[in-house]
Amino acid sequence: MHLVDNVLLNLVLATLIKFVGFVLVFVMGVATVLTWAERKYSAVLQNRVGPNRANIGNVRAGGLLHMLADPIKMLTKEDFIPNTPNPILFRIAPLLAFVPALLVFAVIPYGPGDNFQVSNTSLGILFIFAIGSLNVYGSVIGAWASNNKWSLIGGLRISAQMISYEVAIGLSLCGIFMIYGSVDLQDIARQQGSLILGFIPAWGIVLQPVAFILYMACAIAENKRAPFDVGEAEAELTAGWWTEYSAMGFAVFALSEFIEIILIGCVGTTLFLGGWTIPFLHGDAWWIVVLEVGGFLLKTLFLIWLQMTIRWTLPRFRYDQIMRLGWRIMLPIALLNLVVTGIVLTFIERA
Amino acid sequence: MAKVVNRMHPDFATQSYVVEAFKGVALVTRQFARNLFAKKDVVTVHYPEDRRAYTPRFRGKHRLMLRDDKSVRCVACMLCATACPANCITIVAKEIDDSTIEKAPVSFDIDLLKCIYCGFCEEACPCDAIRLDSGVHTLPSYTRRDQKAGVVNLLALGSASIASQGGENRAHSHEGTAHGRSSH
Ligand code: SF4
Ligand code: SF4
Repeated sequence: MHLVDNVLLNLVLATLIKFVGFVLVFVMGVATVLTWAERKYSAVLQNRVGPNRANIGNVRAGGLLHMLADPIKMLTKEDFIPNTPNPILFRIAPLLAFVPALLVFAVIPYGPGDNFQVSNTSLGILFIFAIGSLNVYGSVIGAWASNNKWSLIGGLRISAQMISYEVAIGLSLCGIFMIYGSVDLQDIARQQGSLILGFIPAWGIVLQPVAFILYMACAIAENKRAPFDVGEAEAELTAGWWTEYSAMGFAVFALSEFIEIILIGCVGTTLFLGGWTIPFLHGDAWWIVVLEVGGFLLKTLFLIWLQMTIRWTLPRFRYDQIMRLGWRIMLPIALLNLVVTGIVLTFIERA
Repeated sequence: MAKVVNRMHPDFATQSYVVEAFKGVALVTRQFARNLFAKKDVVTVHYPEDRRAYTPRFRGKHRLMLRDDKSVRCVACMLCATACPANCITIVAKEIDDSTIEKAPVSFDIDLLKCIYCGFCEEACPCDAIRLDSGVHTLPSYTRRDQKAGVVNLLALGSASIASQGGENRAHSHEGTAHGRSSH
């Protein structure tokens, strides 16, 4: 009895430590920094100045203090509830978007072994798809409960868009599962540590370059960011599906968007950029493990940067263009990619 | 004649958008690095600390000009009030001793909230008595009343005018300046 208690306690403690370390410190930390970085980065590349006014005394720190000032502002602003028949739905919608986005980090392996994965489940990527796609409910329910035409149109657009791209993103990743023969993320990451022909790292991006481009495009569409932000579409719909949200409701929505950016980065790293593995570097020494975890975080940051840059580079697609792209281009390419992968794999097995 | 529209026919590589997207990313990144490390293309003026000078033609808050003896040049002829499209000038006139001028304003109010800064009053004035060249941007205030610029207020920005004017106290006028800018 005593033994069982101890094992359970250790398990809970270890999970808690991993959760705090990865999700609270890394994910939430980066998400907080992103609220500033996104604005500053876009400003600098557009010849603007960006946030620089928040200050303590005379210290402005390049606008870094906006990370502090924004939550204070958000918490003290009026939390407006529109005249809606569904005030409760309106209230819980931000949470419906926020919780799933945070939950999926449980299965991301950010280092070698169980010690570097909050919850080691062999479901892996399926769990991410299952929970991650719940995210659409938050936005759509929020849009519906806002009792506002702009929100409604925005909500309709994103629900159609997100569900369409769910198909393409799922199919684009199937090639990866076929190659590595697993949906367990830890397993996929470990296999990417090996080499092809002795010198090319067996990363997903090398073996499935088409899938990588499809994944990035679909993931950005899933996250409803430019060039796929027709649901928000400031020019047409004021702020689209979150028009009516103010104060903390808005902040939670915005934060879940940033968290999803990190999630897309993490999943992309795990599936395509070799996960935590570093080519030509294997071993159990502590410094290698540190390097591997650092490498994972760096790769994730790289994909975050890529998403941000794409978001500030490309103009918004029209709604019909998005649907055409999703169903008539992305989906066939993903299927074709799958077929080709299958044929090649069969030949390799025969040979 | 019908206008020929030259439609673009992008090739397949352009249309596929993948290459173009990465070209765009490269361009944006180059501009980012340029703004961050090298020559800054940023033209933003940090407003409350740095201000841009207004052009000499800027029509700012009105000012009433003065004669050489420091009395107000306005002869309360009401031409400005008549010309004003916003109907925001209210003048109360009084008779004065000077037989060649006859009138002077007792009060001269401009409702700056109504004023559209068209400059018609300035054009209409036969005496060069009212001008919009003070270069003062009308500031916000907490009450509407504060936006009514009375005669004292307007005179505070006033100065002598180069234009000659009749009257018993006539003397040769000279170039006057307000806030360092020359009158025209
Ligand atoms: S500037 Fe135009 S609107 Fe203003 S007081 Fe003069 S005439 Fe009236
Ligand atoms: S300001 Fe000029 S136009 Fe207006 S009443 Fe005085 S003299 Fe006449």
